[in-house]
Amino acid sequence: MSIKLNALFSDSYVDVSQYRDQHFKGNRYEQEKLLKQSNTLYVGNLSFYTTEEQVYELFSKSGDVKRIIIGLDKVKKTACGFCFVEYYTRADAENAMRFVNGTRLDDRIIRTDWDAGFKEGRQYGRGKSGGQVRDEYRQDYDPARGGYGKVVARP
Amino acid sequence: MSRRRHSDGDDGGQSHKRRRTSEPIEIEDRLESLICRVGEKSTSSLESNLEGLAGVLEADLPNYKNKILRILCAVARLLPEKLTVYTTLVGLLNARNYNFGGEFVEAMIRQLKETLKANLYTEALYLVRFLSDLVNCHVIAAPSMVAMFENFVSVTQEEDVPQVRSDWFVYVVLSSLPWVGKELYEKKDVEMDRLLNQIDGYLKRRLKTHVPMLQVWTAEKPHPQEEYLDCLWSQIQKMKKDRWQERHILRPYVAFDSVLCEALQHNLPPFTPPAHMPDCQYPMPRVVFRMFDYTDAPEGPVMPGSHSVERFVIEENLHNIVKSHWRERKTCAAQLLSYPGKNKIPLNYHIVEVIFGELFQLPCPPHIDVMYTTLLIELCKLQPGSLPQVLAQATEMMYIRLDTMNTTCIDRLLNWFSHHLSNFQFRWSWDDWADCLTMDADKPKPKFVKEVLEKCMRLSYHQRIVDIVPPTFSALIPADPIFFYKYQDEANSALPGYAVAITVGNAIKNRASNEEILTVLKDVPNPNQEDDDDEGEGFNPLKIEVFLQTLLHLAAKSFSHSFSALAKFHEILKALTDCDEGKLHILRVVYEVWRNHPQMISVLVDKLIRTQIVDCAAVANWLFSPNMAHEFTRFYVWEILHSTIRKMNKHVQKIQKELEEAKEKLEKQQHKKQKDSGDEEDMEKNSEDEEGLLEEQIDRLQEKVESAQSEQKNLFLVIFQRFIMMLTEHLVRCETGSVDFNTPWYKNCIERLQQIFLMHHVTIQQYMGTLENLLFTAELDHHILAVYQQFCALQL
Repeated sequence: MSIKLNALFSDSYVDVSQYRDQHFKGNRYEQEKLLKQSNTLYVGNLSFYTTEEQVYELFSKSGDVKRIIIGLDKVKKTACGFCFVEYYTRADAENAMRFVNGTRLDDRIIRTDWDAGFKEGRQYGRGKSGGQVRDEYRQDYDPARGGYGKVVARP
Repeated sequence: MSRRRHSDGDDGGQSHKRRRTSEPIEIEDRLESLICRVGEKSTSSLESNLEGLAGVLEADLPNYKNKILRILCAVARLLPEKLTVYTTLVGLLNARNYNFGGEFVEAMIRQLKETLKANLYTEALYLVRFLSDLVNCHVIAAPSMVAMFENFVSVTQEEDVPQVRSDWFVYVVLSSLPWVGKELYEKKDVEMDRLLNQIDGYLKRRLKTHVPMLQVWTAEKPHPQEEYLDCLWSQIQKMKKDRWQERHILRPYVAFDSVLCEALQHNLPPFTPPAHMPDCQYPMPRVVFRMFDYTDAPEGPVMPGSHSVERFVIEENLHNIVKSHWRERKTCAAQLLSYPGKNKIPLNYHIVEVIFGELFQLPCPPHIDVMYTTLLIELCKLQPGSLPQVLAQATEMMYIRLDTMNTTCIDRLLNWFSHHLSNFQFRWSWDDWADCLTMDADKPKPKFVKEVLEKCMRLSYHQRIVDIVPPTFSALIPADPIFFYKYQDEANSALPGYAVAITVGNAIKNRASNEEILTVLKDVPNPNQEDDDDEGEGFNPLKIEVFLQTLLHLAAKSFSHSFSALAKFHEILKALTDCDEGKLHILRVVYEVWRNHPQMISVLVDKLIRTQIVDCAAVANWLFSPNMAHEFTRFYVWEILHSTIRKMNKHVQKIQKELEEAKEKLEKQQHKKQKDSGDEEDMEKNSEDEEGLLEEQIDRLQEKVESAQSEQKNLFLVIFQRFIMMLTEHLVRCETGSVDFNTPWYKNCIERLQQIFLMHHVTIQQYMGTLENLLFTAELDHHILAVYQQFCALQL
């Protein structure tokens, strides 16, 4: 009686994506293991003006949030459009991947992905100018993310 | 030069291995895939796909019979929405291979016994329904199916069993009749009539105390919220009147009739329902959720009536699709929208009704609330020209009927609506709801709009809300979530403690140590004491006020700032709140300063509990205290209370789990010892030490569990006592004043009491004895006692 019919009941929203943190301290195997056990999500495509309160409210819909760490510009120390959400249980984080990922926060479609776990220093953007890398090179104008990408703004 | 590196993901190295040793597994996977996918969108017709698949499986029977049997049993159990596709397949296989048909039936009966033993009643139901449809496919002889049904219905004659047990057996029989009623009646009408008469008698005498607690709306109009067995009975009776005509179910086996009627049938072995055992957990009774009828779908196909068997089948299938695919919203939405037979029904209306039916289901929705929000958004994406309108129509209808909607359901509705709006730029025709502006603020409609706007604000910000509603709605806009600092400016310098507040504030800003701050606080006089002979031990409300107001003021910038502050000064806070009054006062101060920011109050209370500065009972007492009476009907109060109860429950579960794990470890240790006995002295001594340590740990954990359970029981007692006091007071006051007791406040309060029972029924079950002896006694006002009795009737 134990057949699960894996062919049918897939749960693809919970799968780990292709992204791997290149700054991760440890080998690929360790990183995979942590990702599969993690209760922490990376959240991207936030507006710079999205507050911790808003993130709390939205992500609480899939379970009790343990903590939120808002991503900061390394230079300006202001929000730069991403954050980490840590849950008390993996199950709650999985529900966020299924039901919060790809929906809107502050009118923007946000994206969530598994994170190996917050470590001091990871709250800073890694772009040359201090924000996220994606804001260094993008060509479009996004008023909620500082306007044009840095490569456009810099002549 | 390139070297081939054989890492984990390297297909090159692995595939050789796979090809050589894994062929059978590949074939088994392929079989599983073929069987699971039959019936899905295809360039060929369903009939030709079934024919083809039957041929393939027949050929594979010699080598893979057991695998095929298991897969077919699994789809019977797990894919009820494709019932008739698979019964047809089994029918075709039986026609080609009689022995296989017999083995399949045997396997199904075995599986049925297993699912019943494992309390998997829903799966057992699907198995029986599958068996009954196999009658239509000439696999099972009708008389033997009738015999099984007769055995099921005879459960209604059992004495001293829970009503939910006989309910289930009756439900299984009735809910199979849409599929097989016609055939069984044609073959065995006398027996079937007798069966239905027995069922009729049972339904007439069974108790329905549980119904009011499970109804989403208390009003009978426009759509009565019927008890599920009553509704199904009406549907079956109507079907009987229509001479068992049923036009909705897709029946692929009809096309194969010439082949199937040549097949030999099998008899079901006599099946005795397993006896009732104390640990059997039968499904809970339900109320059928209806919000639409044929008048609501303006054009296009007509919606089948509430007592039509078609309605039952459609709802069953849609619920089953959600059950199968809830984890993947895109797939779920696509499957719902490609429902077979969708052109003959107003599918969007059925889908919306089924989804809201689940969202509002009492006691709890089958799946997490947020799933339904995201599913509806996905459906809107796939049907942008039609579904949003149906959703808007549904929302409007539910707004109009708020007066009689259960408070718990209103909670879920406003959570859904605000979250939904936040995905669509908060666009809504608020003016359509202008009627709520002229009503008393405590009436359901203005209250609903107010709470929706508050929730919308949490997902955005204050100014946004001001911008999205017409100016006429300004009275319902939530307050600006600002901090209220008592010692804000020099105008307040006359307040006691003002000077210390300034000093403490500076001390904190200058990173003074906890000792230094405590020293500063010593200067705060204690308004509770006449003289100063006490060294400031014991409850000093002013000290708490001065310190906490100042601290929270400095940390008001964000949640993170406030959490850091609580963590940094944990020691001081613990010292100040050593007693119950201290704990209560801390909560009062948090409310005072953040009364315009309920979300902040919520998260701070959560942190205070988790860091053990206050306990759960303190929070309950605070919420029920006279100071909070004016907030009693606000949504956030109940969010906090239920969150508090959940934390308590999780805490108990966590320690229980630790205890279980320690016990298991000890058992393993003892087994190992038995096996290793006779080994050297050293090892024996070590294992004895380990055992001793484990036993100590178990004792400690046992104590912890008992203490936690005691705290949990106390929490519920506090809550129920408070409810009883408040409600009794209200009822007595109304009676003596000859006033109608059924005010909006009363409705809210009594339904909140119900909500405690419903949301935490699993935990409360453990304490029923105490509750009945201490609180819910016969002396209680019957209005209050009724809630308790309805809860008991759920036999949860």
